[in-house]
Amino acid sequence: MIYRSHVLICAGTGCTASKSTDIEEALHKLLVEHGIDKEVKIVKTGCFGLCEKGPIMVIYPEGATYSRVSVKDVPEIVEEHLVKGRIVKHLLLGDKDAEDVAKSLENVGFFSKQKRIALRNCGVINPENIDEYIAHDGYRALAKVLTEMEPNEVIDLLKKSGLRGRGGAGFPAGLKWQFAAQAEGDQKYVCCNADEGDPGAFMDRSVLEGDPHSVLEAMTIAGYAIGADQGYIYVRAEYPIAVERLNIAIRQAREYGLLGDNIFGTDFSFNIDLRLGAGAFVCGEETALMTSIEGHRGEPRTRPPFPAVKGLFGKPTLLNNVETYANIPVIINKGYEWFNTIGTEKSKGTKVFAVGGKINNTGLVEIPMGTTLREVIYEIGGGIPNGKKFKAAQTGGPSGGCIPASHIDTPIDYDSLNELGSMMGSGGLIVMDEDNCMVDIAKFFLEFTVDESCGKCPPCRIGTKRMYEILDKITQGKGEESDIEKLEILADNIKKSALCGLGQTAPNPVLSTLRYFRDEYLAHVRDKKCPAGVCKALLQYVVIAEKCKGCTLCAKKCPVGAISGEVRKPHSIDVSKCIKCGVCMEACKFDAIITQ
Amino acid sequence: MGVCCCKESKEQKLDEIIAKYKDTRGALIPVLHEAQEIYGYLPMGVQKRIAEGLNVSLADVYGVVTFYTQFSLEPKGKYKINVCMGTACYVKGSGDILNKLSDVLKIKNGQCTEDGLFSLDACRCIGACGLAPVIMINEDVYGRLTADDIPDIIKSYKEKEAEAV
Repeated sequence: MIYRSHVLICAGTGCTASKSTDIEEALHKLLVEHGIDKEVKIVKTGCFGLCEKGPIMVIYPEGATYSRVSVKDVPEIVEEHLVKGRIVKHLLLGDKDAEDVAKSLENVGFFSKQKRIALRNCGVINPENIDEYIAHDGYRALAKVLTEMEPNEVIDLLKKSGLRGRGGAGFPAGLKWQFAAQAEGDQKYVCCNADEGDPGAFMDRSVLEGDPHSVLEAMTIAGYAIGADQGYIYVRAEYPIAVERLNIAIRQAREYGLLGDNIFGTDFSFNIDLRLGAGAFVCGEETALMTSIEGHRGEPRTRPPFPAVKGLFGKPTLLNNVETYANIPVIINKGYEWFNTIGTEKSKGTKVFAVGGKINNTGLVEIPMGTTLREVIYEIGGGIPNGKKFKAAQTGGPSGGCIPASHIDTPIDYDSLNELGSMMGSGGLIVMDEDNCMVDIAKFFLEFTVDESCGKCPPCRIGTKRMYEILDKITQGKGEESDIEKLEILADNIKKSALCGLGQTAPNPVLSTLRYFRDEYLAHVRDKKCPAGVCKALLQYVVIAEKCKGCTLCAKKCPVGAISGEVRKPHSIDVSKCIKCGVCMEACKFDAIITQ
Repeated sequence: MGVCCCKESKEQKLDEIIAKYKDTRGALIPVLHEAQEIYGYLPMGVQKRIAEGLNVSLADVYGVVTFYTQFSLEPKGKYKINVCMGTACYVKGSGDILNKLSDVLKIKNGQCTEDGLFSLDACRCIGACGLAPVIMINEDVYGRLTADDIPDIIKSYKEKEAEAV
C-alpha cells in the first residue's frame, strides 16, 4: 500500500518514558476520526538521539521534525499538518522559519556534526519490521558474503578496514576474527556482548532497540567467517524493550530463512539465542560473560587461554560488542576503502557516545573519530546549562577517567584518550561543571566497583574497598596528606595484580582525578574544604553580614545554640558548635546564610 | 507478572519451566528469571525445587541467586521503586531523590513498606540518561525529577490503591 505521509515516532526508552506511546495512540485515533488512517502511516522507530527534546516526531515527505511533542499537540498536528498540509511551526526543532522545513535542522549542530554508521537506521526504520531493514540494504552484506566471498576474504576485509572493538579496549576486530577462525574445534560460538553496564551509557541499548537486525546480520557473517553455527546475545535484563525487539527480530529472520539452516541456499547454517543478564556489572568482562551464559556465577577466568581458543563451554568463541557488529554490514557493503576515509590514522570510523550530565542536549551522538571534545560539548551538546563553567568530561565509566577543561581540544580517539589517562570505554560521556566535586566523583565510581567486584581475586575485592574507605575519609574531612600517597600506591598495585579488566581499571577514576585535580584533593585534606561545595561534612555555614537584618529567627531555630548576635545586628555562627543541619538557612528570609 | 495465587498452580508452572529448560545448556539463569516472575522473589523452597529439577546442587543455585542483583531472596513491594544511580543521574542529584523517597515512605534503601505496597531500591543505570534523574516504578519511568516531585508521585499510587479497595 502506498501512503501519502509517514509519521515517524520515536519509541526508544527515553521517549517511551516521555509518553510517546500515548502520543501514538492519540494520533492513531485522530487519523481514524479524520478518515485518513489509510493515507498516513505511523512508524514506530528507534532512538533519534536527541532524548532531551523528546518525544520526537518526524513527518515525511516534508521532513518536518517536531520536538517535545505532547498528547495535547496531536490534534493540531493532525488538523494542520496532515489534513491541511500546513507545518506546525512552533513545534519545529531548529530553525522555525526555514523556507524548506527539511533544511531546518541544517544549522542544528546536534545533527550536522554527526556521521551515522552504527546508528544509520535508528530513528529511520521500524525495528519490528524486517522488510524495512531489508529496504535499507539490510541482509545485502550477508548475501554478498555467503555467495561471493570466502571466510578468509571476509576477515581480510575487516582487517583492512581498521575497525577496532567498540566495547572499550579497542582491540582490532579483524585480528580477533582471525584468531577465532584459526582455532581448532568441532564446535565454535559467536557471542554478542550487550551487557552494557557502564553507568551513563546507553549506546548499545539504542542500537538493539532501533536496529536489532544489523546485529543479527553481522553475527551471522561472523559465524560464516570463523566457522560457527551458533550465536548467543547476552543482553541486560534491565532493557526490556531491547529484549522484546531482539526476540521479534530473531523470529522474523528465521521466518525469512535469514537465520536457520542453509541460509541463502548455501551449506551455511546459523542460529542465534538470547541470554539475559541478571544485574552483575562484571559480566561485561568477556570471560565472566561466558561463565554466566554457562549458567554459573559470573566470575572471570584467567587469560590465557583466550576465548578465541577456549571460550564458551570450552570451545573457540568470538565475542564482540553491539556497536562493533552494527558497523560490519556497512563496511562490507561500502568497502574498507570507504571506511578508511573516516576517522583518524589509528582509529577508523565513528564512535557512538551517550552524552549526559551537565549538558543541554543530552542524548546519543555518533561522531567521526578525531572530533574534538569541544565540538562534542559546545556544538553538538549545546554547551553547559545555567551559564556554568565546564569542568571535566568523564569517559569510560568506572574504568575510565576525566578529561579536564585544559584538554578540551583533544581529538577523541582510542590513543589520545589513553594518553590522557582516560579511555574510550563503551561510550558514556558524562559532562561535569563547577558544582561537581571530583573527589566525590572518584568516590562514586569506587563505591560502584566495590559493590560490583565479584570477589574472586583479593586485589580487587580488598584493594578497592580500602581505596573507597580512604576516599570516604577524605570527603568526611578526616583525611591526611599521606592518604593521597597511600591511594596512589594501592592503585598501582591493584592495576598490576587484579585478575580481570574490572579490577585492573578500577583505580583509573582516582588516578585520573588525582592527575588533574590534585589541588581539590589537597583542599579536602589540608584546608578541610570542598571547593565545589558537595561534601556535606566539609561545608561551613556562614552569615553574610551585609544581608543579615538581625531578625534573630535563625538563632531561635538553631537546635544547638550555635548562632549568636544582637537584635538588628549581623549574627554569626560558631563553627565548633554547628552540626550542619541547615535549619538556619531554611529559616532565613533574606538569603543571608550560605554554605562555603 | 504471574497472576495466579494458589500455591499448586505456581508449583505447576515452575515445573513446566524446569521441564522446558531441562536439556538446555546453562539453563539455571533463565529458569531463575522465569521463576522469579511467578513468585516475585526466590524463596528457599523454590530454589530447592529448581536444584532438584535441573539436577544441580542447591549450593550452586543459591550461589547464583546471591551473585546477581536481579534475583531477590526477599519479597518486593507491589510497586517496586528503583532509583537510577547511574553517573548521569548521580551528577544531577539522584541521591536527593533517593533520600526524599526514603523520607516519604519511611523505609531505607532495600526495604519494603509494612503494608507491602512499596519497596525501594537504588539500581544501576537504566539507560534513560537523557531524562536524568529518573526513577522506575514497576515498568513506568519518571524523568527530569526533583525531590519536590516525589510526594505527589507516591500520593498518586496511594490514591490508585485506595480507589481499588
